[in-house]
Amino acid sequence: MAVVQTRGLTKLFAKGQVGAVVDVDLESREGEFLVLLGPSGSGKTTLLRMIAGLEEPTSGEIWIGGVLVNDLTPRQRRIAMVFQSYALYPHLTVLGNIEFPLKARRMPKEERRRKAQWAADLLGIGRLLGRKPRELSGGERQRVALARAIVREPSLFLLDEPLSNLDAKLRASAREELEQFQKKIGTTTIYVTHDQVEAMAMGDRVVVMNQGAVRQIGTPADVYDEPQDTFVAAFLGSPPMNLLEAAGVIVGFRPEHFHPSAALPADEPVLKLAFRAKHEEYLGAERILYGVLEGGPFDGEKAVARMSSTLAARFAPDVVHDFAVAKKDLKFFDREKETRTEPRALA
Amino acid sequence: MSGVRQRWLGPAMFLPAVLYVVALVGVPFVLAFFYSVGDVKVGSVGYHFVGFRNFTSVLQNPTFLRALRNSFVFTVASQILVLVGANLLALVLKNAFRGRRFVRFLILLPWVAPVSIGSIGWKWILDSLYSVINWVLVRLHLVKEFSAPMWLGEPKLAMMSVILVHTWHMLPFATVIILAGWTAIPKDIPEAAAVDGAGFFRRMFQIELPMMLPIINVAVLFGVIFTFTDMTVIYILTRGGPYDTTQVLPSLAFFTGILGSDLAEGAAISIFLVPLLVAVAWLMLRSAHRAEVV
Repeated sequence: MAVVQTRGLTKLFAKGQVGAVVDVDLESREGEFLVLLGPSGSGKTTLLRMIAGLEEPTSGEIWIGGVLVNDLTPRQRRIAMVFQSYALYPHLTVLGNIEFPLKARRMPKEERRRKAQWAADLLGIGRLLGRKPRELSGGERQRVALARAIVREPSLFLLDEPLSNLDAKLRASAREELEQFQKKIGTTTIYVTHDQVEAMAMGDRVVVMNQGAVRQIGTPADVYDEPQDTFVAAFLGSPPMNLLEAAGVIVGFRPEHFHPSAALPADEPVLKLAFRAKHEEYLGAERILYGVLEGGPFDGEKAVARMSSTLAARFAPDVVHDFAVAKKDLKFFDREKETRTEPRALA
Repeated sequence: MSGVRQRWLGPAMFLPAVLYVVALVGVPFVLAFFYSVGDVKVGSVGYHFVGFRNFTSVLQNPTFLRALRNSFVFTVASQILVLVGANLLALVLKNAFRGRRFVRFLILLPWVAPVSIGSIGWKWILDSLYSVINWVLVRLHLVKEFSAPMWLGEPKLAMMSVILVHTWHMLPFATVIILAGWTAIPKDIPEAAAVDGAGFFRRMFQIELPMMLPIINVAVLFGVIFTFTDMTVIYILTRGGPYDTTQVLPSLAFFTGILGSDLAEGAAISIFLVPLLVAVAWLMLRSAHRAEVV
């Protein structure tokens, strides 16, 4: 039985359409880490808020644990949510914050204490119980918010960009920790982020959203390697997939699949492209080469290549180099619908 | 900007305010202290120090004791009503609905209109002969025409009436303060409480009101001090009557000191509550400081 299921879920706002959600069908699997990924305004937070019961759908159904919850209040849905701002109660201590959901369930004091202690220990914040939120660092606040969410052992966890308020260094370690933590408690989790690195690193499956609609659902490898439309192709990856138009079709290939011809095995069927290098970015572990294609079906189109820094070859600017893409790495998209189509021969 | 100008600009800008406060608040206040320990009457030329005689004299005066008690009843009752009313109004007004701006304007009106004009309106509404309330009650057959309540003429009703009119006058200010406090709470927090399983009342009493406590304290502080020191409503509606049952310290001080010419005793009455008010102000400022919203 799916923990969360949405059927034709739609939310329209009167003013403009930013954040709207259109006809979303989604089904989470037991214990999975499901990431909603999309640019800001793509409706991912609205979708999460509808599942939490903080936003009323315009139409469609939400099922949690086999129960239709459209008309249930957030309180009745018995789920836990971590907000982007953490939304800690500033006038309560850490203990008071963690105990609050238990108090709301009228759990006796003794049991409440025990549970709160368990949650706090699980997140390593046992020594902070007497402090107020304003006396905590960003990372500690995030842990308190998590402890408050897990303390009543919910069947579903909703997380709304919980790492975006942490600085870059802390974010990487918090990401790792959060992932381990989720594996340990095994609670089905829906995680909203606009950060593709987070999505790829943490998600069992990733739901890519744009303009309120789900564009693709799949494992990180699925959505990265087999994008179903040009939006997914261009949104994931940094730099994004090269998308080039020719003969009524859009051809895409990842910058890391765009190699100097010499680097590819001789027996590999390839698409050869003449590439005029423009400038290079050296990023330590890798190099990004920007340039323009010359001749052939893509004459004049810009392209990007991404190579390991260990590759010795040098590419003088404004010189044409022989590059190639293995045919198996080419993705084809319909020019009108911008969705994936069958590979075809290029002129 | 030269150093000298920089050094004197601030104090110079500040000076008019200081002068204003010293001349219109400081001097009368010191004068009142001075009078309260002297024997000054309207028209007298000398001044003799008499120690605490004026205070012992007013303490033996039953009217004073009654006014003292009335002051507390008047203040506490009206502040409780104001607090409850202002919270309810703020609760309604914080949500968006059609015509909210108009309703906000209406609610603010009693505060904007001069209190004397409002009170005169109320005097007519509560008048013993022309009261519209009684007219309605009679037409609804709830009371008999010749035994209609005398809103300002019966001790208990009179106290109730002045409390209600004063509440009506104080309500908008408290509502605006509390509304500001409510809108200052980040939207996430009550939402988090809702997801955490808290119902409306738990959210209100365990999350939102405690978070607003510092702001509510400010509203109460202002309310208590305005009420303890104000006599407009009472002066216009009842003049302290009937039989001094609505007499409060400021009105008694006015009647004794100005209308009764005994400046010294009037001064003693009017500064009697100063230590108490200072203590109230200190307590509330301290609690407001301690419970700062993050």
